[in-house]
Amino acid sequence: MAHLDAGSLDRQTALADLRGTLLGGLRKALAHRTYGGDAFLEDVVQDALLRIMERLSQFQGRSRFTTWAMSISIRVAMSQLRRLHWKDVSLDEVTTARVSDKEASLDVQSEREAILAAMQEVIRTGLTEKQRLALLAELRGMPQDEIARHLGSNRNAIYKLTHDARKRLKQGLEALGFTGDDIGAAISG
Amino acid sequence: MSLSKEEINELVRLVSLTNDEEIDCERCLSLVAEFAERKLAGHSIPAELAAVAHHLSICAECSEEYALLLQMMNG
Ligand SMILES: [Zn+2]
Repeated sequence: MAHLDAGSLDRQTALADLRGTLLGGLRKALAHRTYGGDAFLEDVVQDALLRIMERLSQFQGRSRFTTWAMSISIRVAMSQLRRLHWKDVSLDEVTTARVSDKEASLDVQSEREAILAAMQEVIRTGLTEKQRLALLAELRGMPQDEIARHLGSNRNAIYKLTHDARKRLKQGLEALGFTGDDIGAAISG
Repeated sequence: MSLSKEEINELVRLVSLTNDEEIDCERCLSLVAEFAERKLAGHSIPAELAAVAHHLSICAECSEEYALLLQMMNG
């Protein structure tokens, strides 16, 4: 890693080594996914190396350098793959999709039904429109990066937005008399 | 907002896991390499990394990326 810092021949070698490691690793890890072949991977690794160099000072040596670099390259790769996969899907499409009657009919016991009814109520009254949208889009599988793109935001901010929404839901349910244990017990298949 | 049974179940799961303080995706990325190495080595997870495990149980994207990291490390 020290070699990456130095402006020397060592740096070129270290970079080339890292590039090879990331390329090979990503190729294997993404083997079962559809992507644009080696050209895509080359671009991803190029982007990842830039990010790694930018963040070099943040690396604290708490893991191996290669593992840290891999984690960054995966974030770059998956962000790009998610973008490609979701590029033509609007937030509206995802959040206004109707739930089929079969799915919507809740065949549940009464306590569970009470929690679910309370949840719907808190969703309706306790959340902002933006929180509702982001939460719903996320439940329907839209990646946070994509939600962020539609709302002019970023992944971290969307995480914070839905975290706040979850906290409000939890507090709302507690205010209606449901404890954390009740909420946990309501989870069923 | 109308939710399917599956969506409500997932929401209930997420709400039941919700903590007042949670780390975000950037923070998770900065800690996940150390977390993954400790997990693979079967070492205990110190308290400061417990927030990573918690984030991974909530965040679908970080969780997907973590699974890929483990695969890549096992290369
Ligand atoms: Zn995350």
